[in-house]
Amino acid sequence: MPPRLEPSDAEWRRVSPKQIGVELLGSVISIVVTLAVAIVAFNLGAGWVALVAAAIAASSLVMAAFVPRRVRAYGYQLREDDLLFRRGLLFQRFVAVPYGRMQLVDVNRGPLARLMGLSDLKLVTAAATTGVSIPGLTEDAATELRDHLVELAESRRVGL
Amino acid sequence: MTDEVGPPAPPATAAAPSALADGEWHRLHPATPLLRGGIALIAIAGLLVANLRDRVIEFVIQQDEADPIDLLIERGWLIPGLLIVLGVILLAVLGFYLSWRFHEFRVTDEVVEVRSGIVFRTFRKARLDRIQGINIVRPFIARIFGAARLQISVAGNDAEVKLDYLSSSAADQLRRDVLSLASGVQREERVADARARTTGVIGQRIDELLAPELDPREAAAESVVRLPLPRLIGSMLLRDSTIILILLLVVGIPVMFATDTWYLLLGVIPSLIGLAGFIVNRFSRSLRYSIAATPNGVRIGYGLLSTSNETLPPGRIHAIHVSQPILWRLPGWWQIQITRAGSNAGQSGGSTSNPTVLPVGDRQDVARVLGLLLPGHADEQIALIVDDGLLGTGADDEAFTSAPRRARWLRPLSWRRTGFALWSDLFLMRKGRIWRSVTVVPLARMQSVALAQGPIYRALRLAEIYTHIVSGPIYARLGAIDAEVARRLFLDVVAGAEREGRDDRTHRWNRRVDQSDGGTATARVVEVEGPPSVGEVER
Repeated sequence: MPPRLEPSDAEWRRVSPKQIGVELLGSVISIVVTLAVAIVAFNLGAGWVALVAAAIAASSLVMAAFVPRRVRAYGYQLREDDLLFRRGLLFQRFVAVPYGRMQLVDVNRGPLARLMGLSDLKLVTAAATTGVSIPGLTEDAATELRDHLVELAESRRVGL
Repeated sequence: MTDEVGPPAPPATAAAPSALADGEWHRLHPATPLLRGGIALIAIAGLLVANLRDRVIEFVIQQDEADPIDLLIERGWLIPGLLIVLGVILLAVLGFYLSWRFHEFRVTDEVVEVRSGIVFRTFRKARLDRIQGINIVRPFIARIFGAARLQISVAGNDAEVKLDYLSSSAADQLRRDVLSLASGVQREERVADARARTTGVIGQRIDELLAPELDPREAAAESVVRLPLPRLIGSMLLRDSTIILILLLVVGIPVMFATDTWYLLLGVIPSLIGLAGFIVNRFSRSLRYSIAATPNGVRIGYGLLSTSNETLPPGRIHAIHVSQPILWRLPGWWQIQITRAGSNAGQSGGSTSNPTVLPVGDRQDVARVLGLLLPGHADEQIALIVDDGLLGTGADDEAFTSAPRRARWLRPLSWRRTGFALWSDLFLMRKGRIWRSVTVVPLARMQSVALAQGPIYRALRLAEIYTHIVSGPIYARLGAIDAEVARRLFLDVVAGAEREGRDDRTHRWNRRVDQSDGGTATARVVEVEGPPSVGEVER
């Protein structure tokens, strides 16, 4: 297999390992729910609903096995003029957003992430397709990064 | 009521050019309420009254032999009856008057503002340097009254400041003023040409109806593209949608009758009507098409009875897509679409922000229109886009870097044409062998870039580049390029986007740059860099 894409030689800043716990917990919950659905459906005699639910649960289980590696694949770099973001193992994706193009920076905390003290940071540009969302930042890191990015975006703001 | 419709005597017609853009509040054309639906209302009311009169009278007075007017006189109800009618008319006039009275706009050096509404007040304000386009729409009825609708669009969905209606000449004048204010030209610099066009009201109406869509003083040049009617009709016929429609009509319906399944028509008719409406709409949007360069951007006009005429200031285009429906290959026709921030993708049949800037044209037309859309680029560069981009076959000496040979597993026909070029301010993507197209993204308008690779791509050492632009009809991505080339391209594109965004001055496109940071955006000279700074391409 040819080597993976690696657009930048610099060190990637990785997300908190606790994010693995958040995502695993999420998978466990969804597996439990779908299994419960499967059991209830089986007992009610809805055979193939149970089958579908069980299949979903099984595939979630397989996906869950890759969670640690997938979380470790997230990364970002604050380069001189842009933010570089990466995600994905099998389907790799790198996004570069020049600081001046950021319209706003969101910090989100889901219920599971809050348990672990983590936040997601989302960058919004004028293009809906940008879709950069850095998960698994500790709350302090997220706030600090947000303030830093907002400041950079302010000083380099360009027109639309 | 008819008096209101009469000659608009706004101070605009004969006064100085900036009369409407002087920073004071102004009102719209007095006939506005009528044009905005009042006429339809009165017509419907009249129709109802005419049809229901007899019934109502019969119902009220339980007898039907006499003429109602006679009855009124006979019974001494004439005065009360007339008073009621008068009261209703007065109320309507008052309502119209108030809605007109409370609808005001003003244009200052920085913003254009509109406030309206009697009970619920609305304010809308748009910054002039954020203007994405100015459109003058003249629906047929409004045209007869010499009125026009001015729409100033800013970035965003449904983000428009609408001035409907203004007198036709005031709309032209206001557009000129708004554009020159927005361009950053100082007030004193503006040329004051107070023209006197007082050939009487009727003469003026006729002048306006007959006048070319592009006001000669406004347009610096003739339309650069002529769209002959035969070509327009031919282009409509050579469309997949038209062919489906014709097949349905010519083959489908006889078959249905022959096989006695005519009830299927019930299902087909709505879609037929929809399809026909779509085709007619596209046709009427292309009639009397014109495109010309003005000092304040590209002006595109179209329409026969209802006309629309839009000005796009420089630097408002986020992507250009030149494409060729398969059947247009024979005559060698192309179409050009653009994406811009003011686009309203969901609006159906709306008069604003038509994404098609060239409905149909040959390669010379494409070159001319591209020349207008990409000011500051030499003819040779435009020729490169046309010759190598549209017609290129992937030969080595072309200005585009093609996909490697191993991409043929994914693009069996088009891998040679799948390619890109990165110039100092443009990113060009070439695609398709059967459905040929070129997408041009100005780096200054690009929001972000993505580089992606899935398992199949990885096995073939290929990668995919996405450029993120504001939402619109154009989806700018390029697949199946060499992974190493794509990696460097990714970094070059984002660096270019940052550089061009920083140097971009188009939000005030005519402002003189006294500082030493380069000339205006339009005057900037751009040099062609052959295939960009990307390494050897493996074939």
